Amino acid sequence: MAGYLASEGVTATIERGAATAPVSKPASKKPTPGKRGGFLRSSNGKKVIMAVTGAVMVLFLVLHMLGNLKIFLGRDSFNEYAEALRTLLEPIAPYRTVLTILEVGLVVSVVLHMWAAISLARRARHARPVKYVAKKSQAQGYTTHIMRWGGVTILLFVIWHLLDLTFGVVNPKGYDSAPADRMIAGFDLSRWWVTLFYIVAVAMVGLHLRHGIWSMFQTLGWATRVKALRPLAALVSAVLVIGFLAPPLAVTFGVIK
Amino acid sequence: MNLTLRVWRQSGPSAPGKMVTYRVEEVSPDMSFLEMLDVLNERLILSGDDPVAFDHDCREGICGMCGMVINGVAHGEQRATTTCQLHMRHFEDGATITIEPWRAAPFPVVKDLVVDRSAFDRIIQAGGFVSVPAGSAPDAHSIPVRKEDADDAFDAATCIGCGACVAACPNGSASLFTAAKITHLSLLPQGQPERLTRAKAMVDQMDAEGFGGCTNTGECTAVCPKGIPLDTIAQMNSDYLKAN
Repeated sequence: MAGYLASEGVTATIERGAATAPVSKPASKKPTPGKRGGFLRSSNGKKVIMAVTGAVMVLFLVLHMLGNLKIFLGRDSFNEYAEALRTLLEPIAPYRTVLTILEVGLVVSVVLHMWAAISLARRARHARPVKYVAKKSQAQGYTTHIMRWGGVTILLFVIWHLLDLTFGVVNPKGYDSAPADRMIAGFDLSRWWVTLFYIVAVAMVGLHLRHGIWSMFQTLGWATRVKALRPLAALVSAVLVIGFLAPPLAVTFGVIK
Repeated sequence: MNLTLRVWRQSGPSAPGKMVTYRVEEVSPDMSFLEMLDVLNERLILSGDDPVAFDHDCREGICGMCGMVINGVAHGEQRATTTCQLHMRHFEDGATITIEPWRAAPFPVVKDLVVDRSAFDRIIQAGGFVSVPAGSAPDAHSIPVRKEDADDAFDAATCIGCGACVAACPNGSASLFTAAKITHLSLLPQGQPERLTRAKAMVDQMDAEGFGGCTNTGECTAVCPKGIPLDTIAQMNSDYLKAN
């Protein structure tokens, strides 16, 4: 850029402020929103969808964990619980009515949660087209940085988990077996890698929830006055992780036979 | 102190940019970061080069004009400090310092380290005000305000609109800035009549400008030179939810 100053006809008198940008500014691209974006199209609306569907899934996890712990009361107790889920409200409602409603609700929640997450991630990518050469995180905790890939990991796990213990496709006992048999055979010591995969996935769920549960309250605007939310989120996550890991570990190490 | 600087150079809004390395010698540890850049620029000018363009005004940490990403952190690693108030004593002799502009699509680079933050102005124009007759200041006790609300509103009002929150956010979100402005007014009696329409208008404008969504990472509040708390975003979310 030698000769730049001469070509612009600027003298060498440089005062403070001379190094700032030219006054003329580029034309603004989007002065006002063209149309009223609906609530669900807004970034805040999508966060609310994530929070509400996340809450549905957390409530499901709590019930799921409590149900799993029935295995410690014996195979019969566990199988009776599984049967009770299917015969709930019988004979008023047909077999599996309540369970099917719950399953549909869960699938809808998962789909909406993923749709909002993907949509927000795309929006974030467009908001920073040029990446930093150097970027250093300043926030505490790394769980916030693994939410997106953590979510993908959990999804892959859920697919495996359904094939294993719900549909019995990859379970030694197959589909036509008692739920307790599938669980005990599935986490047998000979299938230690299944237990290992399960531990990793459940730990990922715990990390996802440590940020997710607090984030839910923040998104819904309830976090302004409650200071203990972060420890509370960590506690709920820890309880869920321990509750979910206890049965498979007990099976693998022969406590439950 | 002798330093190696890696600085983003970009001659204009549509020109391609690149990182350029400079050696700066005999820097005093008592210089501010901007004074160190002044030294570099004087030498660039003397050698007939184009000086590095950067925004600055008060150099007292209160105007919000300055700001650059220093070694990957908006305003540098010194907490609660603007770039102009960051001093060279916090760097080691012989260090290599990477300097980049705020990176966000709604903040286009004007030149080198200068970005156009008009998007913030348009968010304010969308609703960051109270429509009241502005006469002389009323008596201090004519409108009672709870001490806690006054304190929280003042905390939010200290936002200088520098844009570090956007620069630090992995999503390029302007939520902390917008939330600070919304919270500042929504906690005070004067802000109540327009509280919900304000929240809706400002958040919608924030989206229209192309900023990303908040994922509650907390990167923004960690780099904020004024320490605006993350609670303001919860306040914004609450008001926006009620407005819909």
